[in-house]
Amino acid sequence: MVMQTNSSLETDGSKWTAQRSAAPPRMVIRPTRGWAALRLGEVWEYRELLYFLIWRDIKVRYKQTVLGAAWAILQPFLTMVVFSVFFGRLAKIPSDGIPYPIFAYTALLPWQLFSHALTESGNCLVANQQLITKVYFPRLVMPVSAVLAGLVDFSIAFAMLLAMMFYYGIVPTAAVLALPLLLLLAIATALSAGLWLSALNVQYRDVRYTIPFLTQFWLFVTPIAYSSTLVPERWRTLYGLNPMAGVVEGFRWALLGKTGATGVLVGVSALIVSVMFVGGLVYFRRMERTFADVV
Amino acid sequence: MSDVAIRVENLRKQYRIGQRERYRALRDTLTEAMYAPFRRLRSTFQASDAQRPDDDHIWALNGVSFEVKRGEVLGIIGRNGAGKTTLLRVLSRITEPTEGCAEIFGRVGSLLEVGTGFHPELTGRENIYLNGAILGMKKAEIDRKFDEIVAFAEVEKFMDTPVKRYSSGMYVRLAFAVAAHLEPEILLVDEVLAVGDAAFQKKCLGKMGEVAQEGRTVFLVSHNMGAIRSLCARAVLLKDGKLQQDGDALDVVQSYLSEGIRNGYAELHRDVSLDAQFLSIRVTDRNGTVTQMFDFSEQVRLDVELEVRKPIQSPYLTVSIHTSLGVPVLFSDQTGDAAQCLSSPGVYRIQALLPGALLAPDEYMVNLGISSSSEKRVVHNPKSVTSFQIMPLKGRRARIPAIIYVDFDYRIERCS
Repeated sequence: MVMQTNSSLETDGSKWTAQRSAAPPRMVIRPTRGWAALRLGEVWEYRELLYFLIWRDIKVRYKQTVLGAAWAILQPFLTMVVFSVFFGRLAKIPSDGIPYPIFAYTALLPWQLFSHALTESGNCLVANQQLITKVYFPRLVMPVSAVLAGLVDFSIAFAMLLAMMFYYGIVPTAAVLALPLLLLLAIATALSAGLWLSALNVQYRDVRYTIPFLTQFWLFVTPIAYSSTLVPERWRTLYGLNPMAGVVEGFRWALLGKTGATGVLVGVSALIVSVMFVGGLVYFRRMERTFADVV
Repeated sequence: MSDVAIRVENLRKQYRIGQRERYRALRDTLTEAMYAPFRRLRSTFQASDAQRPDDDHIWALNGVSFEVKRGEVLGIIGRNGAGKTTLLRVLSRITEPTEGCAEIFGRVGSLLEVGTGFHPELTGRENIYLNGAILGMKKAEIDRKFDEIVAFAEVEKFMDTPVKRYSSGMYVRLAFAVAAHLEPEILLVDEVLAVGDAAFQKKCLGKMGEVAQEGRTVFLVSHNMGAIRSLCARAVLLKDGKLQQDGDALDVVQSYLSEGIRNGYAELHRDVSLDAQFLSIRVTDRNGTVTQMFDFSEQVRLDVELEVRKPIQSPYLTVSIHTSLGVPVLFSDQTGDAAQCLSSPGVYRIQALLPGALLAPDEYMVNLGISSSSEKRVVHNPKSVTSFQIMPLKGRRARIPAIIYVDFDYRIERCS
């Protein structure tokens, strides 16, 4: 367990008072009342555990599969093929002048990252209940690792995108520099939803059944198979309340040079995500103290 | 002040009964409903000594206070549900107390289970790192101790095999090996010694002993009274969430075990349909003092009460002893003239004296039997009616690698 050595961090819950190097660290355990402090520093102290949990998820993900990591490409790629045939060819959904396959694939990348991260983080506390009831660590480590583990799949699928961009002869503009920020936004969206869902899942197992439905529903309200320009102008701000709308359109803007209502969407998304994220953190920390008893 | 490792003040932990199942699936709710009357019974019983007389809550810990000095090895004993595990969970911060507080001075490591977080798909090597990190070790620390851990677990050849292919023994050895190399200043251990084969258990006990000698503070929850007695100087006895006794490990273990006898270990259930039956059995030392703990060289006396209700033709009395794992160790009988007096109705007291320096340190169970040898029928044959323990040896003869020890009549001569 990691202790503070030269700084002191005091909260209304547990107090961690640091002392001079020779004296052992002192820790007080007492019941917390009301809203607990976030204690994000503690998550940093446990970064090695975070690293090992991510590493475990990655190691285990494609164990005993024939195709292995190819699944990371196959999942978005096959979805893209289906979308291209039905929405692009048959339904002739406009793709803002971009070839439909790459239009869909660019959106599917952050979407797959998001939906996978949402599912994994939503179930992480229940799936790891044997850890939670037997060992102490800041519980936040759990959903964070579940979300971050998805980045490996994302990178593999991203390589495929580069190949497709080369094939279609699309050269990214300077806007590509905004990509890391958009990626961060996607992760933050998944994590903030994951925080709420995982904490709720501990109490109400209904959440487990809600998650597949939720992701499916969310897929349709996100401009993946279609463009957000299909949404009438006056509804667009409301549409932006879905943070993934901003992320997906942002990706198209950064990689494919698509213009349109992106700025507004991304702005609204970022705002919504910040609120959801802080709310999720506070709720998670509040519920955390009962996880081991209830899970 | 500075030599205190843990100070616990009026620690209380309340669990809401029904909390666990309130929001679960309907199927669960239905099965729980069947058990509900019993739980209700228990909760009212428990609530009688809680401050809030509330049916829906039990106090798993109900006002526990004590102090542990640095370097002390404290044993925690008590029946199931006495609050031992809850205490460890609160001290290792897995769950919060409801009231009271605890102060801990030093790095805490807790072992509530061996192999927490082991992943079956990962190899032995990978699991050492994962499990180590979960238990709170730094990567550098695991790197340094890696070889030692592998050697301790005796699984060198299988380091790159997924642990799902391990035998359960190998799995447990690896898991314990990681845990045993945890080096916190304060170690909280729950019943982990109850794993592996006997030889590995001995090794684990040895490792725990080493830990204690290095001056680290150890909290040991165990049902293995031998382990408590040999590792701990001090022990606390928990009962219904309260601290019942705190003192010298030997005394606390004794009173815990003798409480078991009073509670019916030795009183046998009366069944008047039997022609004869054993009423009670007491395990005492040679002077008749009730105890269940014996030194290796001490004699063990069994005091048995037998009621004969209908005449038995050519009575045949048997006593047999097996280990706690069920291995038969010895058998003794009484027949012929000596047992003949048992043939007529009455209550008899039978005393059997086991020689000292015979049974190796372990826990033993006693079976009794009364039958009629001419009618070839068993009248009463109660199994595992009581138990006693032969304490670990001290001094030169550290270990007896068998169950029976016999002092042969040796003759040693020099031939050349």
